[in-house]
Amino acid sequence: MSTRHTERRKRAALRWTVIGLTLVFFLIPLYGMLEFTTRDLINGGRTGKFWTTLVDVPQVTERYPALAEGFASSMALALFTVVVMLLLLVPTMTWVRLRLPGLTRTVEFICLLPLTVPAIVLVVGLTPVYAWVTYLLGEGTVWLGLAYVILVLPYAYRSLDAGLRAIDVKTLSEAARSLGASWLRVMWQIVLPNLRTAVLSASFLSVALVLGEFTIANLFSRKNLQVAMFELGKSDGQLSVAVGLASLVFAFVVLFAMSFVGRKEKS
Amino acid sequence: MRPSGALVGVAPFFVYTTVFLLIPTIVVVVGAFADGSGRPTLDNVAALGGANSSFLPALQHSVVLSLVTALAGAVIGAVLAYAVSTARPDGLLKRFITSLCGVLAQFGGVALAFAFMATFSIQGFLTVWLNSLGLDTGSSIWLYQWDKGLMLVYLYFQIPLMLIVFLPAVEGIKPQWREATETLGGTTWTYWTKVAGPILLPSFIGATLLLFTNAFSAYATAAALISQASPIVPLQIAGTFTSEVILGQENVGKAMALAMVVVVALVMWVYAALDKRASRWLVR
Repeated sequence: MSTRHTERRKRAALRWTVIGLTLVFFLIPLYGMLEFTTRDLINGGRTGKFWTTLVDVPQVTERYPALAEGFASSMALALFTVVVMLLLLVPTMTWVRLRLPGLTRTVEFICLLPLTVPAIVLVVGLTPVYAWVTYLLGEGTVWLGLAYVILVLPYAYRSLDAGLRAIDVKTLSEAARSLGASWLRVMWQIVLPNLRTAVLSASFLSVALVLGEFTIANLFSRKNLQVAMFELGKSDGQLSVAVGLASLVFAFVVLFAMSFVGRKEKS
Repeated sequence: MRPSGALVGVAPFFVYTTVFLLIPTIVVVVGAFADGSGRPTLDNVAALGGANSSFLPALQHSVVLSLVTALAGAVIGAVLAYAVSTARPDGLLKRFITSLCGVLAQFGGVALAFAFMATFSIQGFLTVWLNSLGLDTGSSIWLYQWDKGLMLVYLYFQIPLMLIVFLPAVEGIKPQWREATETLGGTTWTYWTKVAGPILLPSFIGATLLLFTNAFSAYATAAALISQASPIVPLQIAGTFTSEVILGQENVGKAMALAMVVVVALVMWVYAALDKRASRWLVR
């Protein structure tokens, strides 16, 4: 009995050592960011001016128009990508389940394909496609969202697939249809509400990916948050690091909050 | 409704993925074997292997970088995942660590490069602190080299990714297996080498391969950290966008991209095979 006790104590000690060491490794560079952004290089000592600048919206818009523009673009891109992703995936995946089960594998294969195509490769192949997009739709940064939908496809597919597995779409939609509902109404009032959690997690993941996207935007010379931050880094190091830390903290808060939402609905 | 009518429902999906996924892939594959005016040629591929080409060294760097960070990240991340799996399932510690890892693994990019510059560069706080203690840290050039600084930064997102992909596998281990081993007289050693180890091995190798492709495809962190040269493949491909195009080499970038796809596809193919095997024991 006592050997088992010491065994358990040893395991707990191991757990805390491992977790402690990795947390130190994870947190040191983040602390480095915080320390760097609170340095007063002119007078010495500490200053919070970069952080007060960051929350002062009019000042940012005036003095750092690129940053404000990048932030606005990223927000618009996140919204655009989520809407297109949901419009594209939810009806298709539901329809395949209901009427074309033979296509399940094909759709899954296509949705997971972007995992094998690195973003940088996608950029190379998208160049002629975007020549057409620019010709037809204009130069707007928001059209990058059309490519972002492809990037988020694997993650969104997995979330939605898990959601669809958990409900009996067939019975639900047949019941609705036999009561006279149109397909549009089945989608909007029956399937979507039942997929709430899956839709939510697919959307959150997509937003996080879009806000962190750099490769495609940078190589197509469009300004999103990450590109603006990258370019700011060349002229105003401290403010750009502050933006970087703020974006990491924001993403953390979103994921941390999500971990509570997901669990609660499951139980 | 006839089956052909049902197919109309999935048409938007197939049209969309054709335009934004299939066509780009075809552009890369066909372009790699075409010259500037569209005639078939092997010059692009040949140019990659040329004597004064910087592609082969870059490919080698990319593979070594991905391999080292995948292996180190996998081992450290697996130990971390095990440690976390023994914590309370719904506890704050676990939520904190998985959320933190989610951010570092998938969101980082440019910000991670900034974090390491703020810490290890010549004005970085760790460098300044060590110097004030009288320790000479030398120059900070190592931070911007692919086999030192870049490797360290890559570990910073590889370890968290390992935790995220490997945690479900570790949590799939049933306590009964350990009890059964102990009842039959097995030690901790026999448990890990004969029971848990073999069950986790396919998941572990699969996760390591995933880490490899993750590092191999990464661009943002390297672009933000290294501004002088292009020591790895993604930076070389990006270089073909910005540098002047040499006549007759318009499509070299596509050949490089194709090489990347081939490497990633091979690795993912092995991964898919292993994943099938791993799911035999672990109910997910």
